[in-house]
Formats: sequence, C-alpha cells, structure tokens
Amino acid sequence: MTNIRPRNIFFNVDRVSLYLFLALCIIGWINIYAAVYDPENANAFNLGTNYGKQFIFIISACMLGTLILLLDVKLFSTLSPLFYGISLLLLVAVLVVGRNVGGNQAWIPIGSFRLQPSEFAKFSTCLLLAQYISTTNFKTKSWFSVGLAGLIIVLPVALIMLQPDTGSALTFLSLIFVLYREGLSGYFLVIGAVAIVLFLLTLLLSKVLLIALLVLVAGILLYQLRRKKQWISPIILGTICSIFYIFSVDFTYKNILQPHQRTRIDVLLGKVEDLRGQGYNVNQSKIAIGSGRIFGKGFLQGTQTKYDFVPEQSTDFIFCTVGEEWGFVGSLVVVGLYLFLLMRIIFIAERQRSSFSRIYGYGVASILFVHFFINIGMTIGLVPVIGIPLPFVSYGGSSLWGFTLLLFILLRLDANRMGII
Amino acid sequence: MNPFFARKYVIQGIFITAAIFIIIRLFYLQVINDEYLLSANNNVLRKIIIYPARGIILDRENRILVQNEPVYDLMVIPREVKPFDTLEFCNLLGITKERFDKQFKKAKNHSIYRASVLEKQLSAKVFAGFQEKLYLFPGFYVQNRSVRYYPDSIAAQFLGYIGEVNERMIEKSNGFYAKGDYIGISGIERSYEDLLRGQRGVQNLMVDAFSRPKGHFADGKYDTLAVSGEGLQSSLDRDLQKLGEELMAHKIGSIVAIEPASGEILAFVSSPTYNPNLMVGRQRGNNYMKLLNNPYKPMFIRPIQAEYPPGSIFKIVNALVAQQFGSITPSTTYTCGGGYRYGNRVMGCTHVHGPTDLTQSIQYSCNTYYGHIFNRMIDHSGMRSIDGYKRWQAAVAKFGIGSKLNIDLPNERKGLLPSADYYTKRWGSDKWGSSFNISLSIGQGELGITPLQMANTMAIVANRGFYYKPHLIKAIGSKKVIRREFTKKIEVGIAQQYFGSVIEGMSRVVNQPGGTAYYSKIPGIEMCGKTGTVQNPHGADHSVFVAFAPRENPKIAIAVVVENAGFGATWSAPIASLMVEKYLRDSISRPAVYKERITQASLLPAIKQKLNPKTPVKKDSAKTANKTVSRP
Repeated sequence: MTNIRPRNIFFNVDRVSLYLFLALCIIGWINIYAAVYDPENANAFNLGTNYGKQFIFIISACMLGTLILLLDVKLFSTLSPLFYGISLLLLVAVLVVGRNVGGNQAWIPIGSFRLQPSEFAKFSTCLLLAQYISTTNFKTKSWFSVGLAGLIIVLPVALIMLQPDTGSALTFLSLIFVLYREGLSGYFLVIGAVAIVLFLLTLLLSKVLLIALLVLVAGILLYQLRRKKQWISPIILGTICSIFYIFSVDFTYKNILQPHQRTRIDVLLGKVEDLRGQGYNVNQSKIAIGSGRIFGKGFLQGTQTKYDFVPEQSTDFIFCTVGEEWGFVGSLVVVGLYLFLLMRIIFIAERQRSSFSRIYGYGVASILFVHFFINIGMTIGLVPVIGIPLPFVSYGGSSLWGFTLLLFILLRLDANRMGII
Repeated sequence: MNPFFARKYVIQGIFITAAIFIIIRLFYLQVINDEYLLSANNNVLRKIIIYPARGIILDRENRILVQNEPVYDLMVIPREVKPFDTLEFCNLLGITKERFDKQFKKAKNHSIYRASVLEKQLSAKVFAGFQEKLYLFPGFYVQNRSVRYYPDSIAAQFLGYIGEVNERMIEKSNGFYAKGDYIGISGIERSYEDLLRGQRGVQNLMVDAFSRPKGHFADGKYDTLAVSGEGLQSSLDRDLQKLGEELMAHKIGSIVAIEPASGEILAFVSSPTYNPNLMVGRQRGNNYMKLLNNPYKPMFIRPIQAEYPPGSIFKIVNALVAQQFGSITPSTTYTCGGGYRYGNRVMGCTHVHGPTDLTQSIQYSCNTYYGHIFNRMIDHSGMRSIDGYKRWQAAVAKFGIGSKLNIDLPNERKGLLPSADYYTKRWGSDKWGSSFNISLSIGQGELGITPLQMANTMAIVANRGFYYKPHLIKAIGSKKVIRREFTKKIEVGIAQQYFGSVIEGMSRVVNQPGGTAYYSKIPGIEMCGKTGTVQNPHGADHSVFVAFAPRENPKIAIAVVVENAGFGATWSAPIASLMVEKYLRDSISRPAVYKERITQASLLPAIKQKLNPKTPVKKDSAKTANKTVSRP
C-alpha cells in the first residue's frame, strides 16, 4: 500500500463539489442577510444577527471540512460504529438534558450554542450503513441482512421521533435509495410509491369508494391475466394488504397524527383553507415566491420576507427569499445547483473502487436529495410543511456542520479513491 | 462492474423528476399565476389618502364666508382594544352603551386589524375632555379632519353645502371619488367643486406582518402631496347680504343685487333661509330632513328657481323695445280713459290717467299706454301680426328673459317667454294678433321671470343697453383669475338714446312726490325704480320692486320679490331702498323704525295653505287688470 503524499490538502479533492458547496453557502448567507435585513442597523458581520452568526458558521464549516480532508481515510470506515454509537448516545441525551424549543426537544445547549444531535446522526448512520453493507456478509436476498440494515436506519429514526421531530426522522427513510442501489428489490420502491398514492387517495376520497375502486381494478387485472396463474395470488394479496393499509392510514391520520400535522396535510390537499392558522406559512411562502415573478424584486427589495410575513424565514423558509428577490431565474439557479451537486455525488460514488465509499456516496446523495425536495417542495406547496433545513443554505450551525461532515467525508474518501481502504 | 450499476439511472431519474416537478411548480407560481404579486402588495402596501383642505370662500372685501374647522373622528382598531370602563367611555363621548355596542360591532365586522371610525366628527369640546383619558383606552385614537364652518351663518343657498359621496356619484366620477369623500352638493360648493376640492395626496406605506409602518414604498417615488383647494373670492358683500337676510326674515321671497358694471352679484337672498352650519357635523342628517320637510321650503333657491309673471316692471322692457322698433317715440302720447279697449273688451287701468307720454306711463304705471304700444308693435309693424310677435319676442329674449343666464350655480331655471308657435297651436291658427295676448304688454299672462332675471334687466337699464353675465365668483385662487365668460359685454340691441325717458320715469317713481315708491326715496341718492304687483291665484299677491342707483354711473341694480305681500311699494320697495343705501353709503340714514317695521313683520302665509313658490302662469289673463298701485 503506497500512500501518495499530497502536495497540499486539496490534492485530488473534487473541485466541482467544492465550488458547489461554497456557492450554496454564499447564496445561503446572502439570502439570510436579506431576510433579516434592517436598513437602520445594517452591519454585515454583526454577531448579534443571524447573518453574522451564519458567517461564523460558514467559516467554521470550512475549517471543519479542511480538518476532515486532513484525516486519515481509514478512520471513517473503522470508526463508523463509534460515530454511530456516539450519535445514538447524543440522541438519548437530548431527550434528557435537551432544551425544548417549539415543541421539539431537539437541542442540547452548549454554552451559547445549541447542538442538534439529529444533524450529526445523519452522517454517522450513512457511515455505519456503508460499513455494514460493504462487508461481504450482507445479502440483499436475505431478510436478516436487510432487516439489520433497516435496524441501523430505524434506531436513530425512533429516537428522533421521541423528541418528537417527525421531519428529521423522515429524512432517514430516504436511505432506501442506498439499499435499492445495492440490490434491494425494486418492488420496495414501487410499494413505497403505491403507499404514498394510496395515502393521499385515502385522505381525498371516501374509504368505501376507494376500496370499491381497488377491488374493481384488481378484478379487471385478474380477468386480463386469468391465463397467468402466477399473478393471481400476488394480486389478491396486494389488494387485501392495500385495504388494510387504507384502514391503518385512516386510523393513523385520525388518531395518531397531531392536529397540526393533520391540518398541514389537509391544507396541502386543499381540503381546508386555513390562511390564519396552519395554512398561513405556506400561503405567505407562496405569496413571497410567486410575487418574485421572473427576475425577482432585487437584492434587499423583498417585502414579504423582510417584513416578517413569512415565518422561519432564515431557516426552513429561506427559499422564499430566493424566490422573492431573485425570481424564477434565481430559483432555477438554486434548483440547478442542487441537481448538479446530486448528479456530481452520484458520479463520484460510481467512480469509487471500494463499495464502502460508493454506498456512503449514495447515502449522502439520498440525504441531500430528501432535504432539497421536501424543503423547497414545502415552500411552494408541493409537500406538507415539514420542518427540515435546506442543506448549506438555511441558517443554523448544527445543520451546516452536519451537511459539511456528510459531504466532506465523501470528498475525503473520493480523494483517496485510488487507494485501498 | 457492480451488477446493479444500471440502478444508478433509476435513482438519477427520480432525482431529476423531482427537480422537474419543483421547476414546473415554480414556473406556475412565478410566471403564470400573477395573483401572488397582488397578494404580496395587499400584504405590504397601505395606501394612505391625505385629504386636502377644501378651498375657502371669501366675500368681495376678503371677509370669510366659509372656512374649515378641525373636527375629530374617533377611530378604533378592534384587535388592539383591551378591556376598559365602557361606562366612563360612553359618558365622555356622550353616547349610550347601545350606540357604542352597535358601532363597535360594526367596526369589528369591517376588520379587526384595520382602523374604523367609531364616532364621527367629535366637537372640539368633547375631544378635549376625551383626549385626557385616551390612554385608558388602548386601541382607540383620534384622527383630525376638517369640516366647513360659516362664521356669519349667512348665504346658505348661495354657498350650498357638501356631503359624503354616494354610490352613484362614485360611479359617475370614474373612480375619482371614494367612499367617505366629500363633494359639493349644491350652490358654489357644487358648481366650483373641481376647484374647491383640491387634490388628494397618497402615501404608499409599507407595513410589516404586524401592520407596523416600515417606510415609504420605493422611497416615496409614488407618493403625492395633498394640494389644497383653490380659494374663491365671491362677489357677495357680506354686510349687504346680512342686511338682506335680516330684512327678509319671516318672509318668503328673494333679493338679488348686481353691480351693473361687472355683473357681480352683491347680494343673493333666498328666504326663508337656514343656518348653513346645520348642514355640517353629526346632526346633519336630522337637520337636512327637517329643512326638507319645512313647508316654506328653505332648500328652494328662489332667486334662480322661482318664476313669477313680472307684472308692471315688465313695462320697462316694452317701453325700450317699442322705441327701438320705432313704434313710438318718447313724446308719443295716448289718452288713458281708465283702460285699453280691444275688440269689445277692456284691459282695465287703475286710474284714469288722461293724456300720458312715455315717461309718465312709467311713472304712473299706466296699463292703457302699454296696451296701445303693444298693439303697435305686434299689429302695426308693417308685417303679419305673427311676425311682429316673433320680432318682439326676439327683442325681449335678448334681455335674458325666457332662457338661463347661466349663472355659476346649479339648477337655474330659465323662466318662460312663449314663442309664436305656442299661440298658433293654442288658437289653432296663425291669424292671431295683439288682442290675443295683450296681457304680455303689462307683464302678466304667459310670462315667467326669475328674480335674477329681474335684477339683470335692471343692470341692463342701468348700463343703458348691455350687461355682463351675472356671476357669484369674481376671482379664483391666489392669482385672482376671473373666468373669461364673465368679462364679455353682452349687448341687448337697444340703442342708448332710448333709455333716457324710461329712466326719467323710473326716477320719478321714487323721487317725485306722488310716485308709486316715493316712500322709499333715499335722501341724497337718486334711485330709479319700478314697483310691481304679481297676481297670485293661490293667495295674496306678490310684491315686486326693481331699481338701480345712483341714476348716473349706477353702482347697484336690485330686484326684490316678497311673496304674498301685496303692493310692491309696501314691502319690496323699502327693502330695496335700504339695501341700496347700505351698499352705497354703508349706513342707513333713515330712522331705525323704518327698518324695524320691515324686520319685525311676518308675512308668512298660513301653513295649511299649500305653498307653491312657482306661481303658475295664468292661462288667459287678458281680462285681468294690473293692480300696480299709484298710492305712495
């Protein structure tokens, strides 16, 4: 094993990803500045303000990234159980010593900062998952293997659900893409998609009608495929499962979901118009983005965000400022940058010689994708309001550091892709 | 090569599809649907209207007739209201608890976030008491506005009043006016509305989510300042107007006084009048209904809306027209045997005047004389009678009779001067002559003349043949602009030389012992006038007097009509003489009792009698005699 001594620490580091990372951080900072801009008190580096703090976060994130690039590459695979264990401990700790903010016990106060353990659980879960799957005894045909991989994902999800921070927990489910890439049956994706569609239909249509429709479709299918005996039992089984699923969705929706979650879904589906309550955020967010028109109102000219019509404007709803001040063109640029980054990460993952690095790369892509899609989707009314940040752009130290760790570990692995781990 | 390598494409496909969904949705929100821009502006923009001060109106000596006085609207923002002592609140405002509940509910229904008016136009006194305790009532505040104030409470019908615009006006104005705006409803307030109202200012404020102002939109680029309305200088003489209203108290009728050299209206009295301050403030609605239901109709603008057959004063016009036609000369003499005989009928005269020339015919108001000259003008003009009438009618119309003078007030009536066709239709043939409408010779019959037209006729005589359009506003704004149409001399087609003997007769009416208005002679001032008595089929006759003074270089022409007051000499002439003296001398030389007799007299008809200020023109008055008296 020959270690190539790097001429500098950025030797062999993927420059494209690096630039995309920096671009998103800067876009984030500019828009946080605009969102909380106060003309009477404009000081770009005032540490009392969100943009001043975010500036510190970005600098420290860059330092964190550099540190990771300096670390020995073997560290990540060998220490992945340790990282995972620490994350789980922190997730347990937050339930005990955490501070409750807005109904979620998600932060551990450390001095003047607050640490959000769920952000760090993301990279450690990806690492352990990669470590587990890349070991040869993982077999996608084996229920035990798949179950164990699922357990790695579900453990942090369960702990986060206890906070309860449903949004963060949901993002872990995106790791199904990783399993799929590594050989999990495509049916899982199909079943997942069907589950989402049935979920929505259950809420939109009456149960009786939906079940009748389902039985009708199943009947037609059975008739069409009556010569192919092997289809009969899956169709009947699927239909029965679906009917159970419909009832359980209905039950969950009515009895398990919090009232505000229920309303958020209803608002999204257009079943209720609650512009003063749960629908207020989305409505104001759509107004801000929609009023940006093609070219936007210009830097610092946005009124909806600046004058507090949009809540959580520098964290979860930061995309409103992008849409309002930079218009469709600016939104397109941001969406384009994310898509570019996601494609780049998949490209990086696929060029790895070690399956650990590849699996980890898909984990990074999945986590970033789900944040990107749900966050922007909720600001424009595509998905229900789920409070998760927009990676690298939203205000917040924990999330920026969490995503930086996630990405830079991949870059470190990639820089060493010719070596053997 | 990893066996599941191809799955990369599926995952990429899912990522790309999701991004495309986002882009399509963004395209819809930001490019296609423009509702959101409107909503954003609704969120953040607050248009604040700055109301300009309405123009003030001065009299001819720059004394204030109308000004603006501050009042206070009590506003409420329901969301910001905290529990408070309602009883004390109501006591301070002088309203009942029920009233408060009703108004507060109305405000809440309007909007709990935005300000509504809780009580309109608090007086300065109520405001002063309330302001000290305002801190006890969060959510309430007071907004300044101004209302019209009339320091002397005069000239109500002349000045008119303003009121809130209604839906129809808003529609008609193409959105210029908005709910809550005030507009001139009558009088000068209405005819000069577009000058008086000024220009509203707009501030485009931006507010945050909590409705706190955050500065001006686009740095105030779209803001405008309010521009105050133009001030108007009216031609009215405040003191003369005051005296006129005093003299006309408890009487029905009009006084119109005109400066002949300019057409400026010096006094414009419509009686009964009302206090213009009643049409302002919180009691306006009640007061308005009271005035509207008053049987003496104070809202009726008599100087320009009441039409009367002029009676004997019309002889002046006939004397002038007949001379211009060459039908008579000043020395033409007719012998009055007590009436004018036409066919087998007689138009009676009050006296047997014997041989009468033109000057005497005016002096004694001889009906016989005018029967003869009317007959000469119509039947002996060298053309068919109908054409003779047409010529006569055209000559009279030039005095502004039978058509609007287009004074700068709304709703002027034109009066009545029948056309030849009217008689042709009425008699079923065009072969009619002076005997068919002989009463026109003495101002009776189918004639209707407003007091304004009477006064204008006097201005024509005073000027010896021309007039300026009578008007109420002599100068607009600080630059004292006068409307061009008011400076145009209008000739009436009577040569100057024909006025001498008529004016001599009018002078004798007042100044020669035995003249019909000798009682109204003003010592030291030669006033020329003519009395008239208008027959009124509904009750006592109307008393009319027209005059101008002094005889040379006249300064004032005046018409006075007192309804149901009998002879012209009894009431109208003394009123006119006091007005003329007051204007020319600024004081009254005659003993106080002379004035008191008039101011204390009440000549109102009994209420149960149906009042009809517009005396209908009598159908055929050929047989009736003029009752103008020759008693002093």
